[in-house]
Amino acid sequence: MNWLTNFVRPKLRALVARKETPDNLWVKCPKCEQMLFTRDWEANQEVCNHCGHHMRLRPLKRLPHLFDEGKYELHPLPRVNADPLKFRDTKRYDARLKEAQAKAEGTTDALVVASGLMGSRLSIVALLDFGFMGGSMGTAVGEGLVMAADLAVARKAPLIVFSASGGARMQEGILSLMQLTRTTIAVRKVKEAGLPYIVVLTDPTTGGVSASFAMLGDVHIAEPDAIIGFAGPRVIQDTIRQELPPGFQRSEYLLEHGMVDAVVHRHKLRETLIRMVSLFMDPLVVDNRPLAVTSSR
Amino acid sequence: MTTYLDFEKPIAELEGKIAELRHLPNSGDVDIAEEVMRLQDKAHKQIRATYAKLTPWQRVQVARHAERPHAQAYIDRLITDYTPLAGDRAFGEDAAIVGGMGRLQGRSIVVLGQQKGDDTESRIKHNFGMARPEGYRKAQRLMRLADRFKLPVLTLVDTPGAYPGIEAEARGQAEAIASSIETCLGLGVPLVSVVIGEGGSGGALAIASSDRVYMLENSVYSVITPEGCASILWRNNANAQDAAEAMKVTAADLKKLDVIDEVIPEPMGGAHRAPDETIDVVGRVVGEAIAELAKLDGDTLRQRRQDKFLAMGKKGL
Repeated sequence: MNWLTNFVRPKLRALVARKETPDNLWVKCPKCEQMLFTRDWEANQEVCNHCGHHMRLRPLKRLPHLFDEGKYELHPLPRVNADPLKFRDTKRYDARLKEAQAKAEGTTDALVVASGLMGSRLSIVALLDFGFMGGSMGTAVGEGLVMAADLAVARKAPLIVFSASGGARMQEGILSLMQLTRTTIAVRKVKEAGLPYIVVLTDPTTGGVSASFAMLGDVHIAEPDAIIGFAGPRVIQDTIRQELPPGFQRSEYLLEHGMVDAVVHRHKLRETLIRMVSLFMDPLVVDNRPLAVTSSR
Repeated sequence: MTTYLDFEKPIAELEGKIAELRHLPNSGDVDIAEEVMRLQDKAHKQIRATYAKLTPWQRVQVARHAERPHAQAYIDRLITDYTPLAGDRAFGEDAAIVGGMGRLQGRSIVVLGQQKGDDTESRIKHNFGMARPEGYRKAQRLMRLADRFKLPVLTLVDTPGAYPGIEAEARGQAEAIASSIETCLGLGVPLVSVVIGEGGSGGALAIASSDRVYMLENSVYSVITPEGCASILWRNNANAQDAAEAMKVTAADLKKLDVIDEVIPEPMGGAHRAPDETIDVVGRVVGEAIAELAKLDGDTLRQRRQDKFLAMGKKGL
């Protein structure tokens, strides 16, 4: 052994190996194409440190940023008939589902339900996971939302939903369509109990999800620049054969068209949600500010 | 003149021959009359055989048949004192959803239906039954009106889907459908729906989150068109037949899944071969359903409607 094998070779290897690792070390912003140091980007809740572009944040990454001290409890989704139609396209649906579950590391479908304190108040949060089969809504997601609503009603807690979905899960056929009605029932339960139901629309929210619970909030908040709409842009283009206007179906466009109340930066979401819920649920708080001194005459 | 579907070729040939024979100058001839009878019998048997084993894709074609009776035909035949109502009071009137007040077998009701149109001009006027947000908001307005006067609501579903366009999105197509579903669920009066042709996704469900949902035997109801599903999952819309099969879009399958309450049989050869007969059967079924549901109070109706939808999905095929 000489210095060549002991020293130079490992160095060379490291050089070669480094070419294979930037996936983990660096992330490229799809908007400004800036390379971002993964650690910084994660600390920034996956918002581009350079241009502020909000990338798609998966539920388990988002949850710690929402709750007090980052502490929360996960509620497993109810068990459902996973493949009611024995659906098969170019591949079997149950195989696709198992594959997605294996990649998801712990979550079982495109919805995560959590509870914990937000501004010292117990809150129920349900988050759709676009990374799980495009956030598509089938029976499991519907059942999960019903469970989340029931939890909110039982604990007299607000329900906050983060939407991110391409729509209904075609592989469950008509039963996926029925989730539009079932999740609307879930929303009605929360509303009838007099509890706030707040929707945070994130990129993308389209199809059956936007045409049901995601558009029925007491308040709608959107993350910046998210695609939100009923029909996907490609379907519209194929139908009308016209160019779509710039900014079409983006959060800011929806704000302008009266479909959302506010576009809120991801870093401001937690405080915004806490304030809104408090305004709904604490009708009177002690105002400790000194009274303004009124001059006599 | 009847429009024949691809798979009806043998029927078309037989009926063509019958028409030819009938137009012969000496059509009083006994031999020819006998031949016509023989061919008619054969055509009859052919129709029966063909329609006894329609594939899901063939049913999609029957459901979309241009001569199939559309919503307005049902209203014209079943509803007396029909008084159309228009507009959403916010933006406009959408002819894709027709509706108003009238009497079904003497009972005052509100009726709504997606109207596809029967010729090129009316198809364009009704936008092929594809509603825009104002259509769904008009539907909600009429449903609320019904609720206020305790009138049952009948909805006739027949749409390829909600219209996908720039203005429809700008005016909140998603919200319009979502709130329409919410309105259905909140009604304290009977809500009965019949899928008479195509039940196209959220655009159909928006007026069919109902106490009773019926489907005509050859109608279809699905989360996405078979063509749309094929182009996404098979990346080729030539696989529409496979998608129609895999998605389970037929009335019989949806009944097995407990997604619909009952299948209404069609006359032999489909509704388009005997529109009046079809409409009368639908009238009888919905009349009975409404009479039965009208005995229940609002809370009971809402609770049962909700329970019905919450129970869905437990049963597979």
